[in-house]
Amino acid sequence: MKHICLSKGGGFNFPPCHILEIGGFRILVDCPLDLSALAIFCPFQTDFYRTPNCESSDSKTKWHSFSCERDRKRRRIEEPVEADDLIPAEPWYKAVANLHLWDLSSIDVVLITSFTGMLGLPFLTNNVRFSAKIYATEATAQLGKLMMEDLVSMHMEFRQYYGPADSGLPQWMKWEALESLHLDVRNIVMGNDGAQLGGWQPLYSAADVNECMRKVQTLKYAEEACYNGALVIKAFSSGLDIGTCNWTISSSKSRIAYLSSSIFYSLHAMSFDYHSLRGNDLVLFSDFSSMMDTDSSGGSCASQSSMTIDSMNLSDENTNEATINALGNTNESSDVMDKLAFICSCAVDSVGNGGSVLIPFGRVGIMLQLLEQMFASLESSGLEVPVFIVSSVAEEMLDFTNVVPEWLCKERQEKLYLGEALFGHAKQIKAKKLHLFPAIHSADLVKMWREPCIVFTPHWSLRLGPVVHLLRRWCRDPNSLLVMEHGTGAELALLPFSPMAMKVLRCSFLSGIMMQELQPLLDFLQPNVILFPKDLPAAHLSSIGSSFSLHPYSENEIMNVPNTRNDHEIKLDKKLASQLLPRMIGEGTIAIARLRGKLELNHGEHILRSCRESLDSSQSRMQLHWGSLDPNLLEKALQKRGIDGSWSANAGANDGIHVFRIANPSSALIEIHAMYTIISSADETLSSLLVEAVSSVLEGI
Amino acid sequence: METTAAAATIFFGVKKSYKTKTARDAVPLHTKPSPNMAIKCLVLGAGQEVGKSCVVVSIGGKRIMFDCGLHMGHNDHRKYPDFSRISKSGDFDSALTCVVITHFHLDHIGALVYFTEVCGYNGPIYMTGWFKFAIAANEFFQVAIFPPYSAVQLSLPILRPYPTKALAPLMLEDSRKLMEEEQFSNDQIKNCMKKVTAVDLKQTVQVDDELQIRAYYAGHVLGAAMFYAKVGDSAIVYTGDYNMTPDRHLGAAQIDPLELDLLITDISDGSVTFHAVLQNDSFMDFTAVLNNGSFMDFAYKELCMLMDDYWERMNLKVPIYFSADEDPVSCQLQDPKGQTDGPVSEVLNRFLFLDAFELVGSWVPSGDNVDFSDFDRSFINASGPCVLFASPGMISGGFSLEVFKQWAPSEKNLIALPGYCVAGTVGHQLKSDKSTRVHVGKETQVDVRCQIHHLSFSPHTDEKGIMDLIKFLSPKHVMLVHGELPKMVKLKEKIESDLGIKCCYPANNSTVEIASTQSVKINATDSFVQKCLRPNFELSNNSDSSSQQCNAALLRRTEGSRVAEGILVMDKTKRAKAVDRDELLPLLGADEHLIGFAYCCPVSLSSSDSAQPRKSPTELSNSTPLEEPQITLTMAH
Repeated sequence: MKHICLSKGGGFNFPPCHILEIGGFRILVDCPLDLSALAIFCPFQTDFYRTPNCESSDSKTKWHSFSCERDRKRRRIEEPVEADDLIPAEPWYKAVANLHLWDLSSIDVVLITSFTGMLGLPFLTNNVRFSAKIYATEATAQLGKLMMEDLVSMHMEFRQYYGPADSGLPQWMKWEALESLHLDVRNIVMGNDGAQLGGWQPLYSAADVNECMRKVQTLKYAEEACYNGALVIKAFSSGLDIGTCNWTISSSKSRIAYLSSSIFYSLHAMSFDYHSLRGNDLVLFSDFSSMMDTDSSGGSCASQSSMTIDSMNLSDENTNEATINALGNTNESSDVMDKLAFICSCAVDSVGNGGSVLIPFGRVGIMLQLLEQMFASLESSGLEVPVFIVSSVAEEMLDFTNVVPEWLCKERQEKLYLGEALFGHAKQIKAKKLHLFPAIHSADLVKMWREPCIVFTPHWSLRLGPVVHLLRRWCRDPNSLLVMEHGTGAELALLPFSPMAMKVLRCSFLSGIMMQELQPLLDFLQPNVILFPKDLPAAHLSSIGSSFSLHPYSENEIMNVPNTRNDHEIKLDKKLASQLLPRMIGEGTIAIARLRGKLELNHGEHILRSCRESLDSSQSRMQLHWGSLDPNLLEKALQKRGIDGSWSANAGANDGIHVFRIANPSSALIEIHAMYTIISSADETLSSLLVEAVSSVLEGI
Repeated sequence: METTAAAATIFFGVKKSYKTKTARDAVPLHTKPSPNMAIKCLVLGAGQEVGKSCVVVSIGGKRIMFDCGLHMGHNDHRKYPDFSRISKSGDFDSALTCVVITHFHLDHIGALVYFTEVCGYNGPIYMTGWFKFAIAANEFFQVAIFPPYSAVQLSLPILRPYPTKALAPLMLEDSRKLMEEEQFSNDQIKNCMKKVTAVDLKQTVQVDDELQIRAYYAGHVLGAAMFYAKVGDSAIVYTGDYNMTPDRHLGAAQIDPLELDLLITDISDGSVTFHAVLQNDSFMDFTAVLNNGSFMDFAYKELCMLMDDYWERMNLKVPIYFSADEDPVSCQLQDPKGQTDGPVSEVLNRFLFLDAFELVGSWVPSGDNVDFSDFDRSFINASGPCVLFASPGMISGGFSLEVFKQWAPSEKNLIALPGYCVAGTVGHQLKSDKSTRVHVGKETQVDVRCQIHHLSFSPHTDEKGIMDLIKFLSPKHVMLVHGELPKMVKLKEKIESDLGIKCCYPANNSTVEIASTQSVKINATDSFVQKCLRPNFELSNNSDSSSQQCNAALLRRTEGSRVAEGILVMDKTKRAKAVDRDELLPLLGADEHLIGFAYCCPVSLSSSDSAQPRKSPTELSNSTPLEEPQITLTMAH
């Protein structure tokens, strides 16, 4: 088996991407887009919104003249990135760069773990050479489709603003332009060594999305899919969000579990089903969430009037969990509730002060939960403010989330049988407290609009869709509140809107397995081999590694994973087994038998059945002999068959060559060498008798 | 190399068997047949009859109860399956691995509460939790049932979360009320339902390490499923009721091609062809319809729909009533918005009759002439025609019996009996004999002069459907349950003669044993598997040595079957391993010993040039020449 990690991604919105080679099949896991890279684009001309005393060169001219390039370059490195360093152009989108170095036609299967993991799929399906089978869970496929459609419609606005794009490379991708970019921006565009540059592509169209969705094979919860008769593929809930899953891939030679970011106990999605992952030979651990947390907490600092909810308050408690039973009993859920309650209380405060609240969401499940919580808070505080969701797919998304009970947590499934909606938003829509609008310029929205209000919009990058307009409207209002997810590069994201008077609330939610849960989880799963990221904090690795072998992997390094099993596991039909004619060899500990049958491959299992031709076709079979021939035993065997003869004395007995001369029934000769025997006879019947005698003495089959 | 060697053996006609050295006893491969290997079916109900479906299947050491039905024709202990046969001690938790319910009809679920709450079974119970309709795929359905929906809205799946888990408590509650003496309480129903695990179609549920179950869409009624169960190599399917032809509401049963040892199939109403009845409008003439409370399902709505059609077409003004006091369903139909007292009606309102509302909602306002209203008891003796839906459908008691007593003596009236009537009920008496007197209870008799019409449009599968399913699945055995004996006999003959599949129809409380597929797990090396999967090349029979053709001509590709050849090595301590021929000797640590042939024939040497010795391509270089004046051609492996 071969493994390569193409990208370790960037948290929930940009899941990792891997390629696996199992039994001759090449499997791609996830095909995400790095939408955080959108931050380098400027959604509008920044000049108009600058304060008059702020001195700056006209951005347009800056982009078209490279005269004082060197000075600027120096300036860029020294000074922090500014709003006019952003690229004022229609954005391109950054897919996993290394994926495009692969021959797409060689990929056989694509597995999708979450809806964020499929946003780059149309780039693959657009390619005529791409012919892989794509598997995704029903919920993932549906949500992913909505996300992609939303992306396309939001991008349209960008295109309208900057005018139709020229064919070929955009201006900013030209080498001179890249050189003059601010270092921070350039790093996002090119990566450290320029390798990332190849990942940029113009966005797909709505038609591409439809075409892509036609090629996706959707699976129900825990439905078995069989690829090519050889691989059995199954999805189990990972608990991260609605429809997200971990995959198991089993063939006759190996059983592999792909473990993506998982959450043991979720208040919206079906919890992490780790029981079903048990008993696999190999676990590919692909949860980078814990590493992402440590990365982001050091780097970014929020703007002036921001508050931050720390994500680390979880880790001190429940550290000494030895048993698997303790998994999921942590206060994950109450923690989420606490955070949601805090967001709601902040929102209520803002609204109470006459400000509006803007919530660009990324995670569907959290957003739905927040929506429920928000109404509860508003109700208890007695405030009557409208809540809007502005998104081209809001209606479909909300409808859909109420019809996927199989991907929701037990508590919500119970609601089904009590006759309630799975999520509370349906009730609020009916009560006209929650209003859905496809776009900010909808006629209905203008009629309904009332401030202060609470608005949920896509997109967390703060570059696409209605959030841009609303943020521009409210960014100078100190009473308004923006709720953002942690770790989305807030500084850069907020740059076009600076200076911000608006409050910014940054919160982070659990987005994977916590480190202290890792050990009991892996103990429970009992794999033989674990592939894990090299940069997983070392403290947690030292404790693991007793019963299984660990193989650290890093980005873009092809790894040959030694097979845990050298042999295939196949099934032998009982009927065929009863037809076997085993014979003992050696000291009676080993028996061998000729095996003849038809090998069938069915649903990932090899079954050897007896074929119609019976065993008497031994004629066509070659006999295999080994060992050395004992002359005395041969003589006895010949005598038993009524063949007389004598040992010829003169043939070089010293070399270990024996020659047996047969006179009766007709003349023949047996010549015994160390490793071969030659029978010479003119008589066919006799020679067949001789062969019989020789093989009865030799070990053979 | 290989071809020449093989030719040599053929030439000499060596035939050998190794019987002398067989070592059967020493071989770990031949495990003694364990008692778990056969599939045992204990038929506790619906054996050669209709009612109380319940089959306990022992498969690979696991025991699964399929359905847990109630017999509505009996009022004594025969009402329930004889659970004592599962476990004498009454310890059902250890005797059964799980219980699987196919759908919510009482003859499939009716005894479940009794089994869990009274008999004390606490193990897992599985039934379907929700269905999503692929409505767009069934346009007729879309038009008929969901007129308010536009095509755009249908691009999303519409969740119908009703199936068995949601409907079961309602059915059980209904049956509880109808019982003469209460066997269990409403709380016990709720308690029982808490033990139920909901499954989705096609979801593969790992009940324990070995047992796997999976639900497949069965049509029939909302939430009906066929269940597939697999332990090791043995696999069975239990169908419950199903239908193979799509009707106006539900699509046909869908199942994957599976390799099965046993198919246990329901054959109720196996001789009725469903669709023929639907096209027949004649039953619209009746004035009294006794609808089927216990069998309430789509049949009920089907009827409503057909009637509305007819009423509108004929411009009828005859009112249609529902017996509201007995039937919570009718209540809801009559007033969808109000009367939501308690969770039962709420669930009903939301899930079960959501469709019905859409149905009624769409046609009541349009057809003003149709009066769907609550039936008051005082209407019983009111003059003028009317149509009444009353429950229970088999007239086994309750409101329908009350009305029946009043209306049966008049020849103007008509009683339509939809669905199946279990033996022992008034409905069954009406259906089976044409006598004019019907026994109601022990003492009372009722003169029956009214017309009786039996509407056999219950969506059970028909004979063709059963045969189609069996043919599609091609199991090794078929077991027929839930049908009348004559039909079973007929069907068995047909299955055995047409399909050549063994078939049985055990009686209640009997056990049937069926051999299951067994196999031995062995290891196989890469090269063995690869050689097996590559097409084999075989010598053609007419390989004439005189024709000097190239080796390729001697080869003929065998079509179709790929015959695998190898050697099985059985070590006492390890799992048996299949290896390729070339891998054996390294494995054993031995060297090959070749047997070569030197074929001697006299050659006249008149001229030195005329006869050049023909040499085989693989002559053994160091073979010693014989003393006789002969030329030696050697062939070796």
